[in-house]
Amino acid sequence: MARLKYPFGEKEVRSLKAGDTVSISGRIYTGRDKLHKFFADGGALPVDFRDGALYHCGPIVVKGANGEWQVKAAGPTTSVRENPYEPDFIAKSGVRIIIGKGGMDGATLAAMKRHGCVYVQATGGAAAVSAASVRRVAGVSMLDEFGAAEAVWHFDVENFTGVVAMDSHGVSLFDSVRESSRRRLAGLFGAR
Amino acid sequence: MMMTIEEELIELVRRTSCEIPSDVRTALERAFRREEKGSPAKSVLRTILGNIALAAEGSVPVCQDTGTLTFFVDFSLRRKVTVGKIKAAVREATRLGYLRKNTLSPVSGRSFDDNTCDGAPVIHYGDYPKKDGKAQVTLVMKGGGSENMSRQYSLPDAELAAGRDEEGVKKCVLDAVWRAQGYGCAPGVLGVCVGGDRAAGYETAKAQLLRPLDEKASKLEKELLEKANSLGIGPMGLGGKTTLLAIKIAERPRVPASFFVTVAYMCWALRRRTIWLG
Repeated sequence: MARLKYPFGEKEVRSLKAGDTVSISGRIYTGRDKLHKFFADGGALPVDFRDGALYHCGPIVVKGANGEWQVKAAGPTTSVRENPYEPDFIAKSGVRIIIGKGGMDGATLAAMKRHGCVYVQATGGAAAVSAASVRRVAGVSMLDEFGAAEAVWHFDVENFTGVVAMDSHGVSLFDSVRESSRRRLAGLFGAR
Repeated sequence: MMMTIEEELIELVRRTSCEIPSDVRTALERAFRREEKGSPAKSVLRTILGNIALAAEGSVPVCQDTGTLTFFVDFSLRRKVTVGKIKAAVREATRLGYLRKNTLSPVSGRSFDDNTCDGAPVIHYGDYPKKDGKAQVTLVMKGGGSENMSRQYSLPDAELAAGRDEEGVKKCVLDAVWRAQGYGCAPGVLGVCVGGDRAAGYETAKAQLLRPLDEKASKLEKELLEKANSLGIGPMGLGGKTTLLAIKIAERPRVPASFFVTVAYMCWALRRRTIWLG
Protein backbone atom coordinates (compact mmCIF):
# COMPACT_ATOMS: atom_id res chain seq x y z
CA MET A 1 0.00 0.00 0.00
CA ALA A 2 1.32 3.46 -0.94
CA ARG A 3 1.24 5.91 1.98
CA LEU A 4 0.64 9.49 0.93
CA LYS A 5 0.92 12.50 3.17
CA TYR A 6 -0.17 16.07 2.45
CA PRO A 7 1.28 18.01 0.61
CA PHE A 8 1.29 15.53 -2.26
CA GLY A 9 4.23 15.91 -4.63
CA GLU A 10 3.85 15.60 -8.40
CA LYS A 11 6.55 12.93 -8.60
CA GLU A 12 4.98 10.66 -6.01
CA VAL A 13 1.51 11.11 -7.53
CA ARG A 14 2.85 10.27 -10.99
CA SER A 15 4.47 7.13 -9.60
CA LEU A 16 1.03 5.70 -8.74
CA LYS A 17 -0.58 3.16 -11.08
CA ALA A 18 -4.24 2.26 -11.56
CA GLY A 19 -5.07 -0.60 -9.18
CA ASP A 20 -2.70 0.58 -6.40
CA THR A 21 -4.18 0.80 -2.92
CA VAL A 22 -3.35 4.04 -1.16
CA SER A 23 -3.58 5.37 2.36
CA ILE A 24 -3.91 9.13 2.64
CA SER A 25 -3.03 11.21 5.68
CA GLY A 26 -3.11 14.94 6.37
CA ARG A 27 -5.36 17.66 5.05
CA ILE A 28 -8.08 16.98 2.47
CA TYR A 29 -10.94 19.27 1.42
CA THR A 30 -14.45 18.29 0.42
CA GLY A 31 -16.06 19.87 -2.63
CA ARG A 32 -18.92 18.76 -4.82
CA ASP A 33 -21.61 20.11 -7.16
CA LYS A 34 -21.98 23.65 -5.81
CA LEU A 35 -18.23 24.26 -5.47
CA HIS A 36 -17.61 23.11 -9.05
CA LYS A 37 -20.38 25.27 -10.49
CA PHE A 38 -19.27 28.26 -8.39
CA PHE A 39 -15.70 27.83 -9.65
CA ALA A 40 -16.81 27.44 -13.28
CA ASP A 41 -18.86 30.63 -12.95
CA GLY A 42 -15.71 32.53 -11.99
CA GLY A 43 -15.84 32.24 -8.19
CA ALA A 44 -12.53 32.25 -6.29
CA LEU A 45 -11.70 28.95 -4.56
CA PRO A 46 -12.08 29.33 -0.79
CA VAL A 47 -9.02 27.17 -0.01
CA ASP A 48 -5.69 26.42 -1.69
CA PHE A 49 -5.90 23.07 -3.46
CA ARG A 50 -2.29 23.17 -4.75
CA ASP A 51 -0.66 19.77 -4.09
CA GLY A 52 -3.80 18.91 -2.17
CA ALA A 53 -6.74 16.52 -2.31
CA LEU A 54 -10.32 17.23 -3.31
CA TYR A 55 -12.90 14.85 -1.88
CA HIS A 56 -16.26 14.55 -3.66
CA CYS A 57 -18.22 14.23 -0.46
CA GLY A 58 -21.22 15.73 1.30
CA PRO A 59 -20.72 14.64 4.89
CA ILE A 60 -22.95 14.64 7.93
CA VAL A 61 -21.25 16.92 10.41
CA VAL A 62 -22.85 18.01 13.66
CA LYS A 63 -21.71 20.43 16.31
CA GLY A 64 -20.98 18.64 19.60
CA ALA A 65 -21.76 19.99 23.06
CA ASN A 66 -18.21 21.36 23.28
CA GLY A 67 -18.75 23.38 20.10
CA GLU A 68 -16.46 21.17 18.01
CA TRP A 69 -17.53 19.72 14.69
CA GLN A 70 -18.08 15.96 14.70
CA VAL A 71 -18.12 13.92 11.51
CA LYS A 72 -20.87 11.31 11.60
CA ALA A 73 -20.70 10.05 8.03
CA ALA A 74 -18.40 10.98 5.17
CA GLY A 75 -18.47 8.58 2.22
CA PRO A 76 -17.91 9.64 -1.40
CA THR A 77 -20.56 10.99 -3.75
CA THR A 78 -20.79 10.15 -7.47
CA SER A 79 -18.02 12.02 -9.29
CA VAL A 80 -19.40 11.87 -12.82
CA ARG A 81 -21.53 14.98 -12.26
CA GLU A 82 -18.35 17.07 -12.02
CA ASN A 83 -17.04 15.91 -15.42
CA PRO A 84 -17.89 19.19 -17.16
CA TYR A 85 -15.86 21.20 -14.63
CA GLU A 86 -13.02 18.96 -13.50
CA PRO A 87 -10.41 19.36 -16.28
CA ASP A 88 -10.40 23.11 -15.74
CA PHE A 89 -10.43 22.67 -11.98
CA ILE A 90 -7.37 20.41 -12.17
CA ALA A 91 -5.53 22.80 -14.50
CA LYS A 92 -6.18 25.91 -12.43
CA SER A 93 -6.19 24.63 -8.85
CA GLY A 94 -3.11 22.40 -8.97
CA VAL A 95 -4.96 19.61 -7.12
CA ARG A 96 -3.09 16.26 -7.07
CA ILE A 97 -5.66 13.79 -5.79
CA ILE A 98 -9.36 13.60 -6.48
CA ILE A 99 -11.29 11.21 -4.26
CA GLY A 100 -14.77 10.07 -5.19
CA LYS A 101 -16.73 7.17 -6.55
CA GLY A 102 -17.67 5.90 -9.98
CA GLY A 103 -14.80 7.53 -11.87
CA MET A 104 -14.69 10.37 -14.38
CA ASP A 105 -14.55 10.90 -18.13
CA GLY A 106 -11.83 10.94 -20.76
CA ALA A 107 -11.33 14.70 -20.64
CA THR A 108 -10.67 14.49 -16.90
CA LEU A 109 -8.32 11.54 -17.43
CA ALA A 110 -6.41 13.60 -20.01
CA ALA A 111 -6.18 16.55 -17.59
CA MET A 112 -4.85 14.20 -14.92
CA LYS A 113 -2.16 12.99 -17.30
CA ARG A 114 -1.21 16.51 -18.30
CA HIS A 115 -1.07 18.07 -14.85
CA GLY A 116 -0.09 15.11 -12.64
CA CYS A 117 -3.19 14.09 -10.73
CA VAL A 118 -4.87 10.79 -9.81
CA TYR A 119 -8.39 9.66 -9.01
CA VAL A 120 -8.83 7.57 -5.89
CA GLN A 121 -11.98 5.53 -5.50
CA ALA A 122 -13.34 5.36 -1.98
CA THR A 123 -16.01 2.75 -1.28
CA GLY A 124 -19.42 4.28 -1.95
CA GLY A 125 -21.76 4.17 0.99
CA ALA A 126 -18.99 3.24 3.44
CA ALA A 127 -19.61 6.45 5.33
CA ALA A 128 -18.85 5.20 8.82
CA VAL A 129 -15.48 3.80 7.78
CA SER A 130 -14.54 7.05 6.02
CA ALA A 131 -15.76 9.16 8.93
CA ALA A 132 -13.64 7.12 11.33
CA SER A 133 -10.49 8.18 9.45
CA VAL A 134 -11.24 11.89 9.99
CA ARG A 135 -9.18 12.84 13.04
CA ARG A 136 -10.22 16.48 13.17
CA VAL A 137 -12.38 19.00 11.38
CA ALA A 138 -9.95 21.90 11.02
CA GLY A 139 -12.51 24.27 9.56
CA VAL A 140 -15.20 24.82 6.97
CA SER A 141 -15.66 27.25 4.08
CA MET A 142 -18.81 28.34 2.24
CA LEU A 143 -21.07 26.82 4.90
CA ASP A 144 -23.67 29.57 4.63
CA GLU A 145 -23.42 29.84 0.86
CA PHE A 146 -23.51 26.12 -0.03
CA GLY A 147 -25.15 24.48 3.01
CA ALA A 148 -23.68 21.73 5.19
CA ALA A 149 -23.81 18.92 2.62
CA GLU A 150 -22.08 21.02 -0.08
CA ALA A 151 -19.70 23.15 1.98
CA VAL A 152 -15.91 22.85 1.73
CA TRP A 153 -14.93 20.97 4.89
CA HIS A 154 -11.30 20.93 5.97
CA PHE A 155 -10.63 17.39 7.19
CA ASP A 156 -7.41 16.17 8.78
CA VAL A 157 -7.44 12.45 8.01
CA GLU A 158 -5.33 9.49 8.99
CA ASN A 159 -5.08 6.40 6.83
CA PHE A 160 -8.00 7.23 4.57
CA THR A 161 -7.83 4.28 2.16
CA GLY A 162 -8.89 3.84 -1.43
CA VAL A 163 -7.91 2.40 -4.79
CA VAL A 164 -6.21 4.42 -7.54
CA ALA A 165 -8.82 3.93 -10.24
CA MET A 166 -7.50 6.55 -12.71
CA ASP A 167 -3.80 7.31 -12.87
CA SER A 168 -1.70 10.03 -14.49
CA HIS A 169 -0.66 7.70 -17.34
CA GLY A 170 -4.07 7.64 -18.99
CA VAL A 171 -5.26 4.37 -17.43
CA SER A 172 -8.76 4.07 -15.96
CA LEU A 173 -9.99 0.87 -14.33
CA PHE A 174 -13.55 1.97 -15.04
CA ASP A 175 -12.89 2.16 -18.78
CA SER A 176 -11.64 -1.43 -18.92
CA VAL A 177 -14.63 -2.76 -16.91
CA ARG A 178 -17.03 -0.72 -19.05
CA GLU A 179 -15.50 -2.10 -22.26
CA SER A 180 -15.45 -5.74 -21.15
CA SER A 181 -19.02 -5.52 -19.81
CA ARG A 182 -20.13 -3.90 -23.09
CA ARG A 183 -18.78 -6.88 -25.02
CA ARG A 184 -20.50 -9.33 -22.66
CA LEU A 185 -23.79 -7.44 -22.93
CA ALA A 186 -23.54 -7.57 -26.73
CA GLY A 187 -22.97 -11.32 -26.42
CA LEU A 188 -26.12 -11.72 -24.30
CA PHE A 189 -28.16 -9.66 -26.76
CA GLY A 190 -26.88 -11.64 -29.75
CA ALA A 191 -25.38 -9.90 -32.76
CA ARG A 192 -26.33 -6.21 -32.84
CA MET B 1 -41.60 1.02 29.29
CA MET B 2 -43.89 1.91 26.41
CA MET B 3 -42.49 4.29 23.85
CA THR B 4 -44.65 7.13 22.60
CA ILE B 5 -45.46 7.23 18.89
CA GLU B 6 -42.94 10.06 18.50
CA GLU B 7 -40.22 7.97 20.13
CA GLU B 8 -41.13 4.93 18.04
CA LEU B 9 -40.81 7.00 14.86
CA ILE B 10 -37.47 8.59 15.82
CA GLU B 11 -36.18 5.10 16.64
CA LEU B 12 -37.46 3.86 13.27
CA VAL B 13 -35.51 6.60 11.48
CA ARG B 14 -32.38 5.96 13.56
CA ARG B 15 -32.37 2.22 12.97
CA THR B 16 -33.21 2.54 9.27
CA SER B 17 -30.29 4.93 8.79
CA CYS B 18 -27.77 3.05 10.95
CA GLU B 19 -28.63 -0.64 10.50
CA ILE B 20 -28.66 -2.72 7.34
CA PRO B 21 -31.42 -5.38 7.34
CA SER B 22 -30.18 -8.91 7.99
CA ASP B 23 -31.28 -10.31 4.60
CA VAL B 24 -29.19 -7.65 2.84
CA ARG B 25 -26.20 -8.25 5.10
CA THR B 26 -26.41 -11.99 4.48
CA ALA B 27 -26.44 -11.41 0.71
CA LEU B 28 -23.35 -9.17 1.01
CA GLU B 29 -21.56 -11.76 3.16
CA ARG B 30 -22.31 -14.41 0.55
CA ALA B 31 -20.95 -12.10 -2.17
CA PHE B 32 -17.80 -11.48 -0.12
CA ARG B 33 -17.13 -15.22 0.12
CA ARG B 34 -17.64 -15.65 -3.62
CA GLU B 35 -15.19 -12.96 -4.78
CA GLU B 36 -11.57 -13.84 -5.46
CA LYS B 37 -8.90 -13.32 -2.86
CA GLY B 38 -6.89 -10.16 -3.39
CA SER B 39 -9.37 -8.69 -5.92
CA PRO B 40 -10.70 -5.10 -5.71
CA ALA B 41 -14.17 -6.69 -5.40
CA LYS B 42 -13.19 -8.56 -2.25
CA SER B 43 -11.59 -5.44 -0.79
CA VAL B 44 -14.67 -3.31 -1.53
CA LEU B 45 -16.99 -5.89 0.06
CA ARG B 46 -14.72 -6.16 3.10
CA THR B 47 -14.98 -2.39 3.54
CA ILE B 48 -18.76 -2.53 3.08
CA LEU B 49 -19.18 -5.25 5.71
CA GLY B 50 -16.85 -3.43 8.08
CA ASN B 51 -18.83 -0.27 7.53
CA ILE B 52 -22.12 -2.01 8.31
CA ALA B 53 -20.71 -3.26 11.63
CA LEU B 54 -19.17 0.11 12.51
CA ALA B 55 -22.36 2.04 11.73
CA ALA B 56 -24.54 -0.27 13.83
CA GLU B 57 -22.10 -0.21 16.76
CA GLY B 58 -21.70 3.55 16.78
CA SER B 59 -25.30 4.30 15.86
CA VAL B 60 -24.12 6.42 12.94
CA PRO B 61 -25.59 6.45 9.42
CA VAL B 62 -24.46 3.63 7.13
CA CYS B 63 -24.19 6.16 4.30
CA GLN B 64 -23.98 9.94 4.46
CA ASP B 65 -26.57 10.19 1.70
CA THR B 66 -29.55 9.45 3.88
CA GLY B 67 -31.62 9.85 0.77
CA THR B 68 -35.27 10.38 0.09
CA LEU B 69 -37.35 9.19 3.02
CA THR B 70 -40.50 7.33 2.01
CA PHE B 71 -42.94 6.21 4.69
CA PHE B 72 -45.62 3.58 4.05
CA VAL B 73 -48.20 3.82 6.81
CA ASP B 74 -51.16 1.50 7.17
CA PHE B 75 -54.40 3.39 6.69
CA SER B 76 -55.72 2.14 10.05
CA LEU B 77 -52.94 4.12 11.77
CA ARG B 78 -53.74 7.43 10.11
CA ARG B 79 -54.99 9.10 13.31
CA LYS B 80 -52.06 7.84 15.37
CA VAL B 81 -49.17 8.16 12.93
CA THR B 82 -50.03 11.54 11.48
CA VAL B 83 -48.09 13.60 8.96
CA GLY B 84 -47.30 16.02 11.77
CA LYS B 85 -45.84 13.31 13.99
CA ILE B 86 -43.75 11.86 11.18
CA LYS B 87 -42.36 15.29 10.35
CA ALA B 88 -41.56 15.98 14.00
CA ALA B 89 -39.65 12.68 14.18
CA VAL B 90 -37.70 13.53 11.01
CA ARG B 91 -36.77 16.94 12.43
CA GLU B 92 -35.52 15.40 15.65
CA ALA B 93 -33.62 12.61 13.85
CA THR B 94 -31.94 15.28 11.72
CA ARG B 95 -30.95 17.27 14.79
CA LEU B 96 -29.44 14.10 16.29
CA GLY B 97 -27.32 13.48 13.17
CA TYR B 98 -29.12 10.33 11.99
CA LEU B 99 -30.06 12.21 8.81
CA ARG B 100 -28.05 14.61 6.70
CA LYS B 101 -29.51 18.02 5.88
CA ASN B 102 -30.55 16.52 2.61
CA THR B 103 -33.66 18.33 1.38
CA LEU B 104 -33.22 21.11 -1.16
CA SER B 105 -35.48 23.54 -2.93
CA PRO B 106 -35.04 22.29 -6.52
CA VAL B 107 -33.95 25.38 -8.41
CA SER B 108 -32.50 27.71 -5.79
CA GLY B 109 -30.80 24.79 -4.03
CA ARG B 110 -31.75 26.30 -0.69
CA SER B 111 -31.65 23.70 2.07
CA PHE B 112 -34.68 22.84 4.19
CA ASP B 113 -32.35 22.21 7.08
CA ASP B 114 -34.71 20.03 9.12
CA ASN B 115 -35.55 17.79 6.14
CA THR B 116 -39.23 18.68 6.18
CA CYS B 117 -41.30 20.82 3.82
CA ASP B 118 -44.32 20.38 1.59
CA GLY B 119 -43.50 17.01 -0.02
CA ALA B 120 -40.77 15.85 2.35
CA PRO B 121 -40.68 13.27 3.68
CA VAL B 122 -42.80 11.27 1.23
CA ILE B 123 -45.69 9.65 3.08
CA HIS B 124 -48.10 7.07 1.66
CA TYR B 125 -51.16 5.87 3.56
CA GLY B 126 -52.45 2.59 2.20
CA ASP B 127 -53.76 -0.88 2.84
CA TYR B 128 -50.65 -2.92 3.64
CA PRO B 129 -50.27 -6.49 4.95
CA LYS B 130 -50.92 -6.94 8.71
CA LYS B 131 -49.04 -9.18 11.13
CA ASP B 132 -50.63 -10.67 14.28
CA GLY B 133 -53.35 -8.05 14.13
CA LYS B 134 -50.79 -5.27 14.03
CA ALA B 135 -50.38 -2.68 11.30
CA GLN B 136 -47.15 -1.50 9.76
CA VAL B 137 -45.13 1.65 9.38
CA THR B 138 -42.33 1.06 6.90
CA LEU B 139 -39.54 3.46 6.06
CA VAL B 140 -37.25 3.28 3.03
CA MET B 141 -34.25 5.55 2.61
CA LYS B 142 -32.89 5.70 -0.93
CA GLY B 143 -29.83 7.74 -1.83
CA GLY B 144 -29.46 9.97 -4.87
CA GLY B 145 -26.55 8.09 -6.45
CA SER B 146 -28.70 5.02 -6.91
CA GLU B 147 -31.86 6.97 -7.77
CA ASN B 148 -29.96 8.63 -10.63
CA MET B 149 -29.40 5.15 -12.11
CA SER B 150 -33.10 4.28 -12.25
CA ARG B 151 -34.56 4.33 -15.75
CA GLN B 152 -37.74 3.86 -17.70
CA TYR B 153 -37.92 2.28 -21.15
CA SER B 154 -40.73 2.42 -23.66
CA LEU B 155 -41.07 -0.61 -25.92
CA PRO B 156 -40.34 -1.00 -28.73
CA ASP B 157 -36.88 0.48 -28.27
CA ALA B 158 -35.06 0.77 -31.58
CA GLU B 159 -31.64 1.40 -30.06
CA LEU B 160 -31.79 -1.84 -28.06
CA ALA B 161 -33.65 -3.71 -30.82
CA ALA B 162 -36.10 -4.56 -28.04
CA GLY B 163 -39.66 -5.46 -28.96
CA ARG B 164 -42.87 -5.89 -27.02
CA ASP B 165 -42.10 -9.35 -25.68
CA GLU B 166 -40.17 -11.07 -22.89
CA GLU B 167 -36.89 -10.76 -24.80
CA GLY B 168 -37.51 -7.02 -25.03
CA VAL B 169 -38.12 -6.79 -21.28
CA LYS B 170 -34.88 -8.67 -20.59
CA LYS B 171 -32.91 -6.33 -22.83
CA CYS B 172 -34.20 -3.29 -20.96
CA VAL B 173 -33.25 -4.71 -17.58
CA LEU B 174 -29.75 -5.75 -18.67
CA ASP B 175 -29.19 -2.44 -20.45
CA ALA B 176 -30.09 -0.61 -17.21
CA VAL B 177 -27.56 -2.73 -15.29
CA TRP B 178 -24.88 -2.01 -17.88
CA ARG B 179 -25.57 1.72 -17.92
CA ALA B 180 -25.48 1.89 -14.12
CA GLN B 181 -21.97 0.35 -14.03
CA GLY B 182 -20.74 1.03 -10.49
CA TYR B 183 -22.31 4.49 -10.24
CA GLY B 184 -25.29 3.40 -8.19
CA CYS B 185 -23.00 1.78 -5.59
CA ALA B 186 -22.97 -1.82 -6.81
CA PRO B 187 -23.70 -4.52 -5.83
CA GLY B 188 -27.22 -3.19 -5.98
CA VAL B 189 -30.76 -4.53 -5.96
CA LEU B 190 -33.15 -3.96 -8.87
CA GLY B 191 -36.85 -3.38 -8.50
CA VAL B 192 -38.53 -3.80 -11.88
CA CYS B 193 -42.06 -3.01 -13.05
CA VAL B 194 -43.24 -4.40 -16.38
CA GLY B 195 -46.21 -2.39 -17.62
CA GLY B 196 -48.26 0.28 -15.88
CA ASP B 197 -48.30 3.96 -16.78
CA ARG B 198 -45.14 5.99 -16.20
CA ALA B 199 -46.04 6.91 -12.63
CA ALA B 200 -47.18 3.42 -11.61
CA GLY B 201 -44.02 2.06 -13.23
CA TYR B 202 -41.68 3.95 -10.93
CA GLU B 203 -43.85 3.51 -7.85
CA THR B 204 -44.25 -0.23 -8.36
CA ALA B 205 -40.59 -0.76 -9.26
CA LYS B 206 -39.52 1.01 -6.08
CA ALA B 207 -42.02 -0.93 -3.96
CA GLN B 208 -40.33 -4.20 -5.04
CA LEU B 209 -37.31 -3.13 -2.97
CA LEU B 210 -39.42 -3.86 0.12
CA ARG B 211 -39.48 -7.58 -0.71
CA PRO B 212 -37.08 -9.77 1.29
CA LEU B 213 -33.99 -10.71 -0.72
CA ASP B 214 -34.12 -14.32 0.48
CA GLU B 215 -37.63 -15.09 -0.83
CA LYS B 216 -37.81 -17.55 -3.72
CA ALA B 217 -36.93 -15.94 -7.03
CA SER B 218 -39.06 -16.44 -10.15
CA LYS B 219 -37.54 -18.06 -13.24
CA LEU B 220 -37.20 -14.68 -14.94
CA GLU B 221 -35.66 -13.06 -11.86
CA LYS B 222 -33.15 -15.88 -11.55
CA GLU B 223 -32.19 -15.79 -15.22
CA LEU B 224 -31.73 -12.01 -15.25
CA LEU B 225 -29.68 -12.02 -12.04
CA GLU B 226 -27.31 -14.60 -13.51
CA LYS B 227 -26.97 -12.65 -16.74
CA ALA B 228 -26.48 -9.34 -14.92
CA ASN B 229 -23.72 -10.80 -12.79
CA SER B 230 -22.07 -12.33 -15.87
CA LEU B 231 -21.37 -8.75 -17.07
CA GLY B 232 -18.51 -8.61 -14.55
CA ILE B 233 -19.09 -4.99 -13.49
CA GLY B 234 -18.60 -5.94 -9.87
CA PRO B 235 -18.71 -4.05 -6.57
CA MET B 236 -18.34 -0.29 -7.16
CA GLY B 237 -17.68 -0.97 -10.86
CA LEU B 238 -14.12 -2.21 -10.32
CA GLY B 239 -14.88 -5.65 -11.78
CA GLY B 240 -15.98 -8.87 -10.08
CA LYS B 241 -18.61 -11.55 -9.84
CA THR B 242 -21.23 -9.59 -7.91
CA THR B 243 -22.88 -6.76 -9.82
CA LEU B 244 -26.33 -7.25 -8.27
CA LEU B 245 -27.57 -8.95 -5.10
CA ALA B 246 -31.13 -9.52 -6.35
CA ILE B 247 -33.73 -8.60 -8.94
CA LYS B 248 -37.41 -8.27 -7.97
CA ILE B 249 -39.95 -8.04 -10.77
CA ALA B 250 -43.65 -7.15 -10.74
CA GLU B 251 -46.21 -6.69 -13.50
CA ARG B 252 -48.89 -4.04 -13.87
CA PRO B 253 -51.53 -3.85 -16.59
CA ARG B 254 -50.90 -1.45 -19.48
CA VAL B 255 -52.99 0.21 -22.16
CA PRO B 256 -52.52 -0.95 -25.77
CA ALA B 257 -50.48 2.12 -26.74
CA SER B 258 -47.94 1.94 -23.89
CA PHE B 259 -45.43 -0.69 -22.82
CA PHE B 260 -43.09 0.62 -20.15
CA VAL B 261 -40.31 -1.25 -18.43
CA THR B 262 -39.19 0.60 -15.31
CA VAL B 263 -36.07 -0.19 -13.35
CA ALA B 264 -35.47 1.15 -9.84
CA TYR B 265 -31.80 0.81 -8.94
CA MET B 266 -31.02 0.51 -5.25
CA CYS B 267 -27.48 0.62 -3.85
CA TRP B 268 -26.07 -2.08 -1.56
CA ALA B 269 -27.12 0.09 1.39
CA LEU B 270 -30.74 -0.99 1.08
CA ARG B 271 -32.12 0.80 4.10
CA ARG B 272 -35.63 -0.34 4.91
CA ARG B 273 -37.31 -1.16 8.20
CA THR B 274 -40.81 -1.89 9.45
CA ILE B 275 -42.36 -1.40 12.86
CA TRP B 276 -45.67 -2.98 13.86
CA LEU B 277 -48.16 -1.02 15.91
CA GLY B 278 -51.29 -2.30 17.62
